[in-house]
Amino acid sequence: MLRILHQIFRTGLVTEPLPTEVEREIVEIGARLEENIRKKFYRSLTIRQVDAGSCNGCELEIHAMNNAIYNCERFGIHFTASPRFADMLLVSGPVSVNMEIALKRTCAATPNPKIVVAVGDCACDGGIFGESYASLGRISNVIPVDAHIPGCPPNPVVLLRGILRAIGE
Amino acid sequence: MNALHERLVTQLATDAVLLDGLRAVDVPLIRVPRELFNEAARTMKYAEARLVAEWASDETCFGRGFGIYACYNNGTEYLVVMCDVPLDDATFPTITRKFPAAYRFERQMHSLMGVIPAGSPDLRPWIKFEDWPEDAWPLRKTFDPRTRMPRVPGEYRWIRMEGEGVYEIPVGPVHAGIIEPGHFRFQAMGEDILNLEERFGYVHKGIEKRFEALSWEDGVRLAGRVSGDTTVAHSCCYCQAVEAMAGCVPPERALWLRAIMLERERIANHLGDIGAICNDVAFAFLFFQCTTRKEHFVRTNFKLFQHRFMMDKIVPGGVTTDLNEDGIVAMLRELDAFSRDFERLVVIYDNNPSLEDRVKETGRLSTELAKDLGMVGIVARASGLDLDSRRQYPVPPYDIIIPKVPVQPAGDVNARVWVRIDEIRESLRLLREMLENLPLGELRTTFVQPEPSASGIAFVEGWRGEIVYWVQAGKAGEVNRCMVRDPSSLNWLGLEQAVHGNIVPDFPVCNKSFNQSYSGNDV
Repeated sequence: MLRILHQIFRTGLVTEPLPTEVEREIVEIGARLEENIRKKFYRSLTIRQVDAGSCNGCELEIHAMNNAIYNCERFGIHFTASPRFADMLLVSGPVSVNMEIALKRTCAATPNPKIVVAVGDCACDGGIFGESYASLGRISNVIPVDAHIPGCPPNPVVLLRGILRAIGE
Repeated sequence: MNALHERLVTQLATDAVLLDGLRAVDVPLIRVPRELFNEAARTMKYAEARLVAEWASDETCFGRGFGIYACYNNGTEYLVVMCDVPLDDATFPTITRKFPAAYRFERQMHSLMGVIPAGSPDLRPWIKFEDWPEDAWPLRKTFDPRTRMPRVPGEYRWIRMEGEGVYEIPVGPVHAGIIEPGHFRFQAMGEDILNLEERFGYVHKGIEKRFEALSWEDGVRLAGRVSGDTTVAHSCCYCQAVEAMAGCVPPERALWLRAIMLERERIANHLGDIGAICNDVAFAFLFFQCTTRKEHFVRTNFKLFQHRFMMDKIVPGGVTTDLNEDGIVAMLRELDAFSRDFERLVVIYDNNPSLEDRVKETGRLSTELAKDLGMVGIVARASGLDLDSRRQYPVPPYDIIIPKVPVQPAGDVNARVWVRIDEIRESLRLLREMLENLPLGELRTTFVQPEPSASGIAFVEGWRGEIVYWVQAGKAGEVNRCMVRDPSSLNWLGLEQAVHGNIVPDFPVCNKSFNQSYSGNDV
């Protein structure tokens, strides 16, 4: 136990302000965002992530958003296990033919109003997989999409910025 | 002549014909008559070899039918056995009865190529779903990749159990966390798992077919996205296979830089896994400690290699990134600081009885079972099998900087954590040695196109385990086939067995301790 406490004190608080280049943007959006989240989401934005055929690269970065350094919960962002509690669907990957039904069902299980965000190049335009017998390409080919976050994969800062934008608009 | 080859010649005499199409360092390609394909498998079984992969190739462009291939390994020796199968009678004898791992390979070959493993105990579709038209065989040349398949009615026959108190728990494809999709079907009684059956294919994106529409040079971007968390190892293995086929030798510095990226990928992923395993047994402290270290690690990747996961840095013929003196110094400094920090976390992991209580004897996979199922990588090593393709198939710098392979006999979650801990330590040592001796020279050589009908194979130890690529050039030297075998295709079989006798609530930690890829499995 002592070792754990030592390590906790040694580590200190690692959560950091976002890199300076986005700091200004955060401040700018922040005020609008806070108001938006208060009005629309009662101070907490709940996200359900859906991998619709991704290579798992985008998921790594979504995980990273939750690590102690980015700590997205401090912005009121929370990931939920059930689409029924979700305000937002964060969908990655080109939609594989074998995930089409599951994605549509997850989308249907999410209460309205909801925001659907396509994450990563594949989700935005099909990426290198494109459209084929096994891949239906971009997310908007299957369910309506409200916002896009391109990148292969988009890093945590880009993700946060994209989510903030999706809410602000 | 390698020993496996010798064994085959002794057993099958003139029926085993050595072909010269396969380019790789000492991997013989042996053709046997179709009816002796399982006889060859039996010989390999007696020679203590393991099945590495089994696959089919549409070879109609050469005026033949299908080629059925099986790759075997024992120690440092690899061998590929193949047989020709005519178009109008696409059957071959199953090898599932000799090598259980073949049952999924053969289901996949049957589903996607339409070749029939005669005598196979299980021919339910795999990767292909029951709502695909039965005659949709996407890997055949006659199948247009742009085909929009109609959905047909069909039902998957699950393994079911009956009896008083037995019930079924279906899980997935959309799981509770931020995870890839797959389906797990439990038969349970109370909390005890009686049986687990996996079904995958949800993230099948038609990758192997997609390769055939790309050039050899462009293919590497696709290989880097077979499994995003293993992008370095996959692109590295693809390049090695393609280079072997084309007879292209990358400069030494490029090979060393590839190895440096490979070891960094291993450390970052192992760190994430150790943290996530602790998190699944409610020890959030180590989870946050590990993920913080991982984040620092990928940030260094970005600084030195311009990408957090080092995607698209490896290309046929070499690499597209370099390390200057400052970069080397910075990385060495990072490794020193990380190493001290990491050891403190290891002590905490080791000294925590409540943690130990959850991870010891949980999800146990015995050595015998691991061997029978053909496990590779971390799963094999945590079950007492001394396997590592960096040593079995050494490519510079692993021929002179030889990795020590940690082996844990227990086969439980704890053993899989310790294998990862020891591998991080070993990767740190390898990295230091590579950085201090990094040879000077070019980063890239011109990639020459392969000769028609040449093929190549490569084996790379990714962080999960042995990755295999087999590539085959067509009549004009174009991509005729690119076979991808992620370690997950084998190791998922181990998870089904490891959960027996465990309780349903322990499944997440068992699964996390394996942490196999869905995308790499489904391709």
